[in-house]
Amino acid sequence: MTDQVTAVATRHLPDAPDAPAPRRRPARVRVRVLCLLAAILVLAALMLASLAFGTRDIPLSDVWSALGGADASLGQAAASKRIPRTVLAVLIGAALGLAGAVMQGVTRNPLADPGILGVNMGASLAVVTAVAYFGLSSPIGYIWTAMAGAALAAVFVYTVGTLGRGGATPLKLALAGAATSAAFASLVTAVVLPRNDIAGGFRLWQIGGVGGASFERTGQVAPFLAAGFVICLLSARSLNSLALGDELAAGIGERVAVARAVAALGAVVLCGAATAVAGPIGFVGLVVPHTCRLLVGVDHRWLLPLAALLGASLLTAADVVGRVVARPAEVDVGIVTALVGAPFFIWIVRRQKVRAL
Amino acid sequence: MSADTLTQPPAVRAVSRGRARRALRRRTVAAVLTLLVVAVFTVSLMAGDTFYPLDDVLRVVRGEQVPGASFTVGRLRLPRAVLAVVAGFSFGLAGVTFQTMLRNPLASPDVIGISSGASAAAAVAIVTLSLDETQVSVLAVVAALVVALLVYLLAFKDGVVGIRLILIGIGISAMLDSVISYVLSQAAEWDLQEATRWLTGSLNNAAWKETLPALVALAVLGPVLLAQARSLSAMQLGDDTASALGVRTERTRITVIVAAVVLIAFATAAAGPIAFVAFLSGPIAARLVGPGGSLLMPAGLVGSLLVLVADFAGQNALGTRLPVGVVTGVLGAPYLIYLIVRTNRTGGSL
Repeated sequence: MTDQVTAVATRHLPDAPDAPAPRRRPARVRVRVLCLLAAILVLAALMLASLAFGTRDIPLSDVWSALGGADASLGQAAASKRIPRTVLAVLIGAALGLAGAVMQGVTRNPLADPGILGVNMGASLAVVTAVAYFGLSSPIGYIWTAMAGAALAAVFVYTVGTLGRGGATPLKLALAGAATSAAFASLVTAVVLPRNDIAGGFRLWQIGGVGGASFERTGQVAPFLAAGFVICLLSARSLNSLALGDELAAGIGERVAVARAVAALGAVVLCGAATAVAGPIGFVGLVVPHTCRLLVGVDHRWLLPLAALLGASLLTAADVVGRVVARPAEVDVGIVTALVGAPFFIWIVRRQKVRAL
Repeated sequence: MSADTLTQPPAVRAVSRGRARRALRRRTVAAVLTLLVVAVFTVSLMAGDTFYPLDDVLRVVRGEQVPGASFTVGRLRLPRAVLAVVAGFSFGLAGVTFQTMLRNPLASPDVIGISSGASAAAAVAIVTLSLDETQVSVLAVVAALVVALLVYLLAFKDGVVGIRLILIGIGISAMLDSVISYVLSQAAEWDLQEATRWLTGSLNNAAWKETLPALVALAVLGPVLLAQARSLSAMQLGDDTASALGVRTERTRITVIVAAVVLIAFATAAAGPIAFVAFLSGPIAARLVGPGGSLLMPAGLVGSLLVLVADFAGQNALGTRLPVGVVTGVLGAPYLIYLIVRTNRTGGSL
C-alpha cells in the first residue's frame, strides 16, 4: 500500500522542473530516506543469507532459533557459528565503504579507495614487520600498528601524488597509490616468506578474509571502528564544504586543513582497524561510494550513512558468494571483491579525461 | 680518415667524435656486462652447499661423469643457472621493448598485467589441470597475448594514453593476482613453493624440462627483437618521422609486441613472474649506456645479471633461502616509488 503511494510520488519526479522549487525538496528527501530504508532491508536479508548459506544450507527456521540462542540441532549450531563471521563482515564492509566515501571526499578524487591508495597495504606491511621483527603479538598492538602504517601510507601517497604540476590529479594520485601498493606488497612477501613460523598464519590474512572471525577479536577492534564511524559521520558537513573547492570552502568559514585532517584521520582509523582484523581488502571503498552517489546524490550527510550500509551489504554478499560458488571450499572475500571491483576501477579510469603524453 | 677530418667542418667532426665515443661506451658496457654474466654464472655453478673447483664444473659441462658433481652441478645448478640467464634476458629484453614502445618506464609487462596473465594461466595449468610443460607454455602464451590485447583495447579511447594504459593494466593484474591466489588456495594443500613461484617468481623448480622451452623461445625470438632495434629507435621519434626514415611502423609494432609478449610468457611459464626484472632492467641499462643507441641488448644482459645475482644471493648470502622474486622485489620496490616521485616532480605530465 505505502509502496504504491511512493511509486506514484516518485513517478511525478521527472515533472519537477515545472513544479515550484519548494515542492522538490521533500520529494528528494523521501527518495533518500527510501534508499536508506531499502539498504537496511537489503543488509538484513543478506545477513540472514549469510547465516543460512555456506558449506551446509540451513533452513530459515533453524536460523531464527539459532539467533534466539538455541544450538540443539546441527543446523542451529552451524548457524550460530556463522554469527560472529557475519557481524565481522558487516562491520568491515561498513568501515571500508565509509572510508572510501570519505577518502573520495577528502581528495576530491573518484579513484580514491583504501586499497588503491595503498592505505590497506601500508597497514598490512606495518603489522607484518612488527610481528616478524619486533615480536608483536597482542591484538591491541596489531590494531595500533595497523593504524600507524595506514596513516603513514596515506600521508606518503598523498604527498607523492601532489608533487609536481597540476597537484593531485585523480590519475596521478591513483598511480602513486597503486605503485606504492605494489611496492609494499612485495616488501610484505619479503618479510613473511623467510619466516616459516608466521607465513602460514599470514597467508589467509594477506588475501583478505573474514573466515576466522570470533566475537573476541571483533570486540577488540570494535571501539576503534566505532571511533572511526563517529569521526567520519561527523565530518559529513565539512566534506560538503570541501567539495566546493578549497577557496570556496574557506570562504564559507570552513577551516580547510583541519576539516581535511579530521576526515582523513577518521578514514585512516577505519582502514587500519579493518585491515588489522580482516587483512587488506580492496575495491569495496571504490565501488560503494559511486553507487551511493547515483542513488542519493552528492550530499555527504546522506552519502556517508548509505555508503556504510551498502559497504556492509557488499562485503556480506561477497562473503556469501565466496562460500557458495566453490563448495565445499571457500573463496576469500578479498578475491571476490577484487574480481568485482577491478572491472569497476577500469571503467572509472576509462571515463577520466587525460592529457596525452 | 685524416684527410676526411681535415676537409670536414668542425661541427661535423664534433658530431662524429661524439658518435664514436658513445659507440665505444656502448660496446664497453656490453662487453663488461657479458663478462659479469659469465663470471656470476660460473660462480653459481661452483659455489653452493658444496664447493666444486672450476675444472670439475668444466668437466661436467663437457659431459664427463664426475662423482657428486655430475648430479649437483649437472642436474641441479646448471639448469637453474641457465634458466636464470634465459629468464632474465627474456624479461629484460621484453621489458625494455615495452618501455621504449610506450615511452614510459612504468609500462613494463610486469606492471601492466601481462606477466600476471601468463602466470595465472601457468598456475591454472600446473596446479589445477596438471598439464605438461609444452601445454603449460602454450597456455601461458595464449593468456599473455589475450591480456595484452585486452589491456590495449580497454586503454584505447581516442588513442592510447600511457597513464590510462598503466592504470588499466594494474586493474587487470589485480584481478589476475586474485585468480592466482584462488587457484593456489584451492590446491590440495598450500604449497609455499608453488605459491612463491606464481606470485613472485622462483627458480626452485628449475630442471631441464622447464628450462628448455624458455631457451628455445629466446633463441628464436631474441634475434627477431634485436633485429628490430633500429626501427624501434626510429619509432621513438614518432610514427611520422619513423616512416619518413623508412620504417614500416605498423608491421614493426605488431612484430615487436607479439615477440615480447611470447618471450615473457615462456619465461614466466618456467620461472614465474620474477618481480620487477622487466621493469628494472631497461632503466638500469639506460643509465649504464647513456644516451643514443638501442637498449635492447644491454637491458637483456642487465636482466640476466639481476636474476643470477639475486638468485645467488637469495640462495647463499642471506641466511634463509629466499626465492629470487623476493630479492628482486625488494630491489624493485624502492625504485618504483622513486620513479613515481621523480616523474611527478619533474615531468608532471601525468
